[in-house]
Amino acid sequence: MKKNRLPLVFALVVGLAVSVPLFAHHGGATLYGDQTVTLKGTVDTWYWSNPHCLLKFNVKGDDGQVVQWIVETQAPNTIYPHGFRKDSFKPGDMVTITLRPTKNGKPNGALLRAVLPNGTELVWER
Amino acid sequence: MLSRCLVVMALLCAAFTLPLKSFAQQSSPAVKDWPDTDPTRSTADKGKPMPVHDISGLWSGLWGKRLGAQPGGVQLHPNNGKPENEPPYTPYGLQLYKSHKPLEGKDQVSPAENNDPRTKCEPLGFPHANHYDLGIRIYQDKSSVAMLYQYDNRWRIIWTDGRPLPKLVDGGVEVNSGEYREQRYFGYSVGKWIDDYTLEIQTVGTMPEDHVWLDNTGRPISDQVKVTETLKRVDYDTLEWSETIVDPKIYTKPWDTMKLDLALQDPRVDVLTRYCSPIEYQKYNKMFGDSASEP
Repeated sequence: MKKNRLPLVFALVVGLAVSVPLFAHHGGATLYGDQTVTLKGTVDTWYWSNPHCLLKFNVKGDDGQVVQWIVETQAPNTIYPHGFRKDSFKPGDMVTITLRPTKNGKPNGALLRAVLPNGTELVWER
Repeated sequence: MLSRCLVVMALLCAAFTLPLKSFAQQSSPAVKDWPDTDPTRSTADKGKPMPVHDISGLWSGLWGKRLGAQPGGVQLHPNNGKPENEPPYTPYGLQLYKSHKPLEGKDQVSPAENNDPRTKCEPLGFPHANHYDLGIRIYQDKSSVAMLYQYDNRWRIIWTDGRPLPKLVDGGVEVNSGEYREQRYFGYSVGKWIDDYTLEIQTVGTMPEDHVWLDNTGRPISDQVKVTETLKRVDYDTLEWSETIVDPKIYTKPWDTMKLDLALQDPRVDVLTRYCSPIEYQKYNKMFGDSASEP
């Protein structure tokens, strides 16, 4: 099962990033590494919720296997001024997501940037 | 007769219109939007003379370097491993610290391993509330000062009417020479003005060490602590907030933990609430947190 491996074939951008949660119960340093990864995938669900909004999306690898990623961002009242809305992501939307993966290799991460089907870019990067 | 009637009518008119006029003068001007906290900390009243014995207002520590958030530990001594920031632990205090599994600081663990009470939405308690996402609204009258903390909508009362600080007794405090009061998350606070612009506050009777931590990094605090704070208005729109803890159970000597400037904000700002909801938090962990923090 390759579920726990990063589908690096889709990694378009790798670099250093620093993201400090505005309000989180967890320290980012233990959870996330320094890498950023950009993935193309299909939206499954967008949870507009506290304490963090969550995006669940599916990424198809070269081998045809689909990996479901879940990434978190900040609470609605924090990201709203940055253009995020309750209906920003709809099931089936093809999106490009830049994220910082968790250190443990699970398909989880911190959402940094999202490009929507109409080209709109949503950014939460600190 | 006519002139007497006119005089009476004039007096009646005055009686009804004067209060309305004075009310209109006291009420705030109409606001067209919802003012937000100003990170540049400029207020329309900047440079005005400081009012005497008055620290009321909306004060924000969340600007500039966001020192008020204090995620890495108490503001004066972040828990970063530097010797000058190590607390003067008693043996018990050190043992207690080592039993804590924090999410922040030099000994932080993954979310799955943590035992921080706040991750179960327990109240932060005092003085931890002074070291967490500081934004505060202060109201005061002749006998008390009320401090409203933005995180979790918590509040505390500081009595400034001259009453004595309660006496610490086992499991609580004693007041009025023989009456018992239980421990509380924000304890019992009394304050006095030590000059025109500085309020000194002392607090005892807080919760024991199995309920609360001092900061996010797992430093402990016990119910034997006596906390001394000073709230000093250094200019019209700056409030310097200092804190010293004396906790002989945990620390061998007094420890200065905070000396932080807060900025006066537009009093009409509707502060964002920051709640910890167990339902929301469990849902978040089930969907993301548990998986993300697996080893």
